[in-house]
Amino acid sequence: MLRVENVNHAPVEFSAALLNKFADLVSRYPEGRQKSALLPVLHETQAELGWLSVPAMDKVAAYLKIEPIEVYEVASFYTMYFLRPQGKYMLEVCRTGPCCLVGAEKIMDHIEQKLGVKEGDVTADGLFSWRGVECLAACGFGPVLQIGPEYTFYENLTTELVDKLISDLKAKANN
Amino acid sequence: MGRKLLLEHINVPGINTFDVYRSKGGYAAVEKALKTLTPDEVVEEVKKSGLRGRGGAGFPTGMKWSFLAKPEGVPRYLVCNADESEPGTFKDRYLMTHIPHLLIEGMIIASFALGAKTSYIYVRGEMMPQIRILEKAIAEARNAGFLGKNILGTGYDLELYVQPGGGAYICGEETALIESLEGKRGNPRIKPPFPAIAGLYGCPTVVNNVESIAATVPIIRDGGDEYAKIGIGRSTGTKLISASGNLNKPGVYEIELGVPVEEFIYSDEYCGGIANGKRLKAVVAGGSSVPILPANLILKTINNESRLMSYESLSDGGFATGSMMGSGGFIAFDEDQCIVRNTWNFARFYHHESCGQCSPCREGTGWMEKVLHRLEHGHGKLSDMDLLVDVSKKIEGNTICPLGDAAAWPVASAIRHFRDEFEWHVTNPTEAVSRNFGLAHYADPLSKPEEVA
Repeated sequence: MLRVENVNHAPVEFSAALLNKFADLVSRYPEGRQKSALLPVLHETQAELGWLSVPAMDKVAAYLKIEPIEVYEVASFYTMYFLRPQGKYMLEVCRTGPCCLVGAEKIMDHIEQKLGVKEGDVTADGLFSWRGVECLAACGFGPVLQIGPEYTFYENLTTELVDKLISDLKAKANN
Repeated sequence: MGRKLLLEHINVPGINTFDVYRSKGGYAAVEKALKTLTPDEVVEEVKKSGLRGRGGAGFPTGMKWSFLAKPEGVPRYLVCNADESEPGTFKDRYLMTHIPHLLIEGMIIASFALGAKTSYIYVRGEMMPQIRILEKAIAEARNAGFLGKNILGTGYDLELYVQPGGGAYICGEETALIESLEGKRGNPRIKPPFPAIAGLYGCPTVVNNVESIAATVPIIRDGGDEYAKIGIGRSTGTKLISASGNLNKPGVYEIELGVPVEEFIYSDEYCGGIANGKRLKAVVAGGSSVPILPANLILKTINNESRLMSYESLSDGGFATGSMMGSGGFIAFDEDQCIVRNTWNFARFYHHESCGQCSPCREGTGWMEKVLHRLEHGHGKLSDMDLLVDVSKKIEGNTICPLGDAAAWPVASAIRHFRDEFEWHVTNPTEAVSRNFGLAHYADPLSKPEEVA
């Protein structure tokens, strides 16, 4: 079994809507090549469940008729898949060269201070996580930030804009 | 004003919708290709255009297409590489966001030329908004009869799908991309066989960058010869340049290849000069993996000729005094930037993104990051520079895919051109954490090259 410790690996159920999405994804590839749907299927699963627990990955493996290890090795290779629970909103700031030339490091310091948690941790209310990520391909409009699970994108960040984004998300979550 | 072939209508309101795109002459190239040309004639036009792959390698697109194996009864695939992840490069995101139908139109033309009945656009997973934009554009094109069965009554069938990645720079490498599209880890394959012989599902496959595919639209519309008239020498046509860093007007610019670098940086038509009245210190001209050059060498070649934005001129002088066109990710550094810190940042990026398959890259990128980290944080030694060059040489050329080279070149070139700045970090460790080395002599005029007898 994949070693991801200190997290809840309770059994999960997939909604009918999610299974419909799976069926549409699998139809995009030739007969017998359903494994090609693995990456998009994992994205959809994570969007519904918030992260990928071992039982969730096992269920994906059964659906795609592949071995569980084929799912684990993919989920642990790509950076977008979360193998432990995250905040409801994941703030990802680009930390690569061109964004650092225009102040990305200051933005990350500000977010850490504002949320009061270290990179990768979840705020006490369960709403926020943040982390630095590698180049998001918007170098001319840096610093930039994306917010999962929808991956809405914000360019030319200032600390004021970050404060506003965070308070807007808090208000949205409390409604 | 340079000619615009890709971004001509970028500011037209609603150009992201099918109707407006069509009203500006969109999809005329598809009609021309499917109704009046054979697939081989389309390939021939692209060959005549001299178009070179816009993803970074610069390999002639038409030639790549003509290598595609065509065994009877075996499907062929076209895969668009929209896994744009090279630091400094953001042209594909821009193009897909604002004018998605240009890519869809190019995909139909290229798929027709290659005889592909199913094609995929592999978009990096972080670009979820762009994936939604492309899926909407595909639905619009299908409703208008440009995708699906019997397109425009010509008997040609094409299905086009968008595939999201999972967040991995390495999937921009074509065989890693194919692995990822098959639902696996993005580990590059050993070549040969090349994808043109055995690619997706073991079938003949062409992988092309977004911009290369979009460029086939003006090539087919106006003819390959017309396209080849733009540009300079073997650098034909227009190129999207992603300009970032300390510039007055960073952004995506379409240039006619051959524009002088000085004009690109300082003229108001393009970047409008260095921001905040500062002076230029260095430039990475083609995305983070190409060699960094100090200001004096990016503006002029070692022979004191004006350096141009073209494949040949940017690489003039080899790696000793030149760089590369790469993917067109143009990053400008002003006098306040620290080259050591930036080199460490790039080294961390490549360490993070190494797939781990080849030892020289997996281990070497980690060591380069560690050594650069200690240099930047005031714990370096004078022998570290030679150590870094040594590690970079042991990575370069010893890996399955070019990520190893891409990790080695920025480090080796930074030490080649900015060695005194690295040494200053060692000899002045306390000062180096509180202030930067500054411009030094990096923008001084070049001394005349010695005459070769």
